[in-house]
Amino acid sequence: MSHQPVLRVNAVDHAYRRTVALRGVSLTVGPGEVVAVTGPSGCGKSTLLHAAAGIIRPQAGEVRLLDQDLAALDEVERTKLRRRRVGMVLQFGQLVPDLSANENVALPLLLDGHERAAARTAAAEWLDRAGLDADHDTLPAELSGGQAQRVAVARALVTGPAVIFADEPTGSLDTIGGEQLLELLLGAARDRGAAVVLVTHDNVVAAHADREVRMRDGRVEAEAVLR
Amino acid sequence: MATNEVVLALLRNGPAHGYDLKRDHDAWFPDSRPLAFGQVYATLGRLERGGLVEVVETRVEGGPERTVYALSECGEQQLSAWLAEPAGPAASSADEIVRKTVAALRTGVDPGELLARQRAAHLRRMRELTTHEAERDPAARLARDHLVAHLDADLRWLEVAVERVAAGHSHDHSHAALEEAMR
Repeated sequence: MSHQPVLRVNAVDHAYRRTVALRGVSLTVGPGEVVAVTGPSGCGKSTLLHAAAGIIRPQAGEVRLLDQDLAALDEVERTKLRRRRVGMVLQFGQLVPDLSANENVALPLLLDGHERAAARTAAAEWLDRAGLDADHDTLPAELSGGQAQRVAVARALVTGPAVIFADEPTGSLDTIGGEQLLELLLGAARDRGAAVVLVTHDNVVAAHADREVRMRDGRVEAEAVLR
Repeated sequence: MATNEVVLALLRNGPAHGYDLKRDHDAWFPDSRPLAFGQVYATLGRLERGGLVEVVETRVEGGPERTVYALSECGEQQLSAWLAEPAGPAASSADEIVRKTVAALRTGVDPGELLARQRAAHLRRMRELTTHEAERDPAARLARDHLVAHLDADLRWLEVAVERVAAGHSHDHSHAALEEAMR
């Protein structure tokens, strides 16, 4: 495995109209590392995640994701990089409501040109691993919050990403549901050697990370190795 | 309870006798059990024997004789080390964390680094409790849940403490800027 960082954020600034969200933020994440980004509401942690994943273009600074300078890629190239090598898990799953659990998980593979049968088989394997073997054909509206999040995790993992970005992945779940989701997400990431950048306001979730990056007022306030 | 170190912190603000120390301690920690006079004098005796405080004066002011104590250089070093070192993260550590933070603020030490180190110490302990092999025995799991919940409560208090200290700094700065502007 390469020891090159999978993510290198360097002196990034970003503002929404007059609200400054990031002020000179830097962050490096190694392969297989689990990093929790924490801090009070409005401290810039979700903006940092979106900049790191190439969802927003920061107004200053550099983001290198999997050795690619995101500013040098156009929208199509960035989308392709995200689809193939990056997994995303958001607080409320963001599943496509008209597609079954299996179709949701297969979607990133289908969009990337994989054969339909192979994509459906890979999706079924990940759903089984997520403990959803009885819900392959269930629509998102018929799933519980915990089940929907497990589908979202399966969808993030199905492409075999090198890095997974998770924004408050347990935020809509109760304690036990949150624990199970973390076990699934971090267990699968560890098995694959994927890095995880986890935005959370939950200390118990943060305590699962190898390192905590604590933000405040758009800046990195402190870093602590937890391993 | 870290009575020795709290008495050293009280003396950092200047020499004092036992009565002053008891009164200041109870003002610093109004929600804690008041410090008994016997405990103050026993603590001062212990600290003096250890070379951490020294007698600087004996006053007679129309009443009983009062011995005034001051922090020694050795006591100052021990206090600084205590203020910099996070408390052992356990269910019963909250009281010491509060004492360290209040003592730092009352003696003009910025507790920001201590609070960050304390947060890291708590998260590391929480990680030990939450990430080793899943405990299948529900009773053992519940005992661990209890420890984790207490650590989480401490962590939430630490977050509030960081915000309050920052708000205090910003209030001090704006107050200073206002005074400067009015000159």
